[in-house]
Amino acid sequence: MSGTTTRVNPHLDIERYDSDADLMALNMGPQHPSTHGVLRIKLFLDGEVIIKAVPYPGYLHRGVEKLLEKLTYVQITPIVDKHDYVSPMINEQAINVAFEKLAGVEVPRRARWMRTLLAEMQRVASHLLWLGTFVLDIGGTIGGGASLMMFTFRERELILDLFEELTGARFHYNTHMVGGNRHDIPVGWAQHVREAFTLIRSRIADYHQQCTANAIFLDRTVNVGVIPADLALELGLTGPNLRGSGVDHDLRRDAPFHAYDEIPVNVAVHGGCDSFGRYMVRMAELEESCRLVLDIVDNVPEGPICSLKPVKTPGHVKVAERRQVYVGIESPRGELGTWVIGGGAERGAAPYRCKIRPPCLHAMSALPYALVGHTISDVVAVLGSLDPIMGEVDR
Amino acid sequence: MNPWLHGAVYGAGLLGFMMTVGALASWYERKFTAVVQNRLGPNVVGPFGVYQPIADAIKMLRKEEIIPRDADRPLYLLAPWIPTFLVLISAAAVPFGGYYAADGHWQSTWLVADLDLGVLWLLAVSGLMVFPIWMAGWSGNNKYALLAGMRMVAQGISYEIPMVLTALVPVIAVGSMSISDIVAYQAEHGWLIWKLPGIGLVAFVFFYLASLAESNRIPFDIPEAESELVGGVLVEYTGMRFGIVLLSEYLHTLVASIVASALFLGGGHMPFLSAMLPWWTAPIFMLLKVGALFFSIYWVRWSWVRYRADQLMELCWYWMVPISLAMVMATALMVTGGWL
Repeated sequence: MSGTTTRVNPHLDIERYDSDADLMALNMGPQHPSTHGVLRIKLFLDGEVIIKAVPYPGYLHRGVEKLLEKLTYVQITPIVDKHDYVSPMINEQAINVAFEKLAGVEVPRRARWMRTLLAEMQRVASHLLWLGTFVLDIGGTIGGGASLMMFTFRERELILDLFEELTGARFHYNTHMVGGNRHDIPVGWAQHVREAFTLIRSRIADYHQQCTANAIFLDRTVNVGVIPADLALELGLTGPNLRGSGVDHDLRRDAPFHAYDEIPVNVAVHGGCDSFGRYMVRMAELEESCRLVLDIVDNVPEGPICSLKPVKTPGHVKVAERRQVYVGIESPRGELGTWVIGGGAERGAAPYRCKIRPPCLHAMSALPYALVGHTISDVVAVLGSLDPIMGEVDR
Repeated sequence: MNPWLHGAVYGAGLLGFMMTVGALASWYERKFTAVVQNRLGPNVVGPFGVYQPIADAIKMLRKEEIIPRDADRPLYLLAPWIPTFLVLISAAAVPFGGYYAADGHWQSTWLVADLDLGVLWLLAVSGLMVFPIWMAGWSGNNKYALLAGMRMVAQGISYEIPMVLTALVPVIAVGSMSISDIVAYQAEHGWLIWKLPGIGLVAFVFFYLASLAESNRIPFDIPEAESELVGGVLVEYTGMRFGIVLLSEYLHTLVASIVASALFLGGGHMPFLSAMLPWWTAPIFMLLKVGALFFSIYWVRWSWVRYRADQLMELCWYWMVPISLAMVMATALMVTGGWL
């Protein structure tokens, strides 16, 4: 599959279209129901066929990275919850793992296992939301897509209920801190997790029946939005988008964080390089993550959940000397990296610079390649299959 | 009865029926969708939320009418009303009732006008439906609406062909273009969906699919395509003009169900039962058939995703048109061969 496909030229090339034809420029978004927030894609259309597509992110830019420089390490966790608002748990983990590495703080084994458990639960919740919105994109908000979205949200609610039981919040949890976790597993929670995920696991077959077994769904996804493997690597795609292009790369296995060195992960890869390939990868990950959750929840080791005192004074965590670290962890969308420069005499408790590497931003850069030659209908299908979260793209 | 008086009385009756059912259809669809999606649906206004359509209509009447500055005003203002009008008049030639006369022949009743060319009338009127949608798409001065209008024209004209061809199958089999004749033939010789071996069923399915495409229902709702074209031709419309187009779409699916049940499912006739039961059961049987077809439209709509415009054309021109042509010829051969 990889390497042999001819590359689309993302730039408007006068040789490629009839220069006498009238091109229509169409702004898709930022106020458009299917752009997953506020993405603007400028389309140059010949009839309904896309000649050129230029994505313009930035409508949700909040200057978070600057804000992080003004806060201490302890205060930052609830802020990064709002980056990728579909998987806040993993955002917290990413930034805290980076801070721990920067400050040289050890994380107890129980906390690492709990983080793994929460990450996999969040991955299921995030992929469920993705499946719902993806089918919504290709199936219509007034139609079959909406039905499947209601089903996936029904399952996602179960996971949010579990998070609420654990942390008290349904969405922005603030449950991770430098050195471990803030909330220990309550009595009976493990049983609830088992029940919920057994149910969710049994329902994945229904989704397959409604999508994978549906001829129209296949017509809309197979060979649509092709991103060859070499292009995907060049653009820095990660996560399911990369694995859907046939590249076997998963940080959970290749650069284990949390407790993934003790917990083997079966990585799903699909050689389709198209929307369907990415769909199949995420569906396989749904299954795999459900299996992981059911495995982990029975085996969380005993012990402390935090190596530091669980207090909330702003200057709680201090870094003695100026250093920089980069840590990437596998979020549901790919490599969520955090690059921190911090420490030193004058800025001991706050980072000097904190750069987030969002996987979705890099996925956006594939749009000019993947959209050319398709029709407007496929814009939303391709965009949905890349699973962008604008809060994370723009920060 | 004086034909003018007859037309006025039955026309008013049909209008009232269609408007009531059109309003109820939106409630019915929302309730049905709620069942599909594990929700409650409308449940506040009236028993089981049945007055919700009235509340919605009042809300829409009170909304601000926004007319884009650069809109083509006459076309823009006129466009929403035409499809409703066309849909309402197209059902005029369909008989809703009927009974076995003393001589054993089926006598169709409850129709506004017994046209000799009833099928042609239906097809002609539904062929006009493209124009108001294109008017709406063009006049709003919106690129999304324009694209949707172009899609609608392409789709409407393409699906017109299998629709006409499959409608010809009962016409050829019966030898008449009058819908009451077609219904009477089915009452006496069996429903056409079974009567023509194989062809009847396929023709019925194709006719129904083409009607779905004409009335913009998923999987053929690409002109509306709210997740791509933000509502298609309706994107600039507000208030009651928006509501009236939605109403006309409900009416269109309703008319499609009525016509399909008259042409292929024997109209108000029900085997065995009609001979035993009095005349007033025929409209009930008709409504049952229409309701079943109507139900299936929404069942499909709320479980499937939609086709892309080019795939829709492919389906029409590669599959439906050739097969429909073959079916028309096969029916003609059967009729000339005397096998029917």
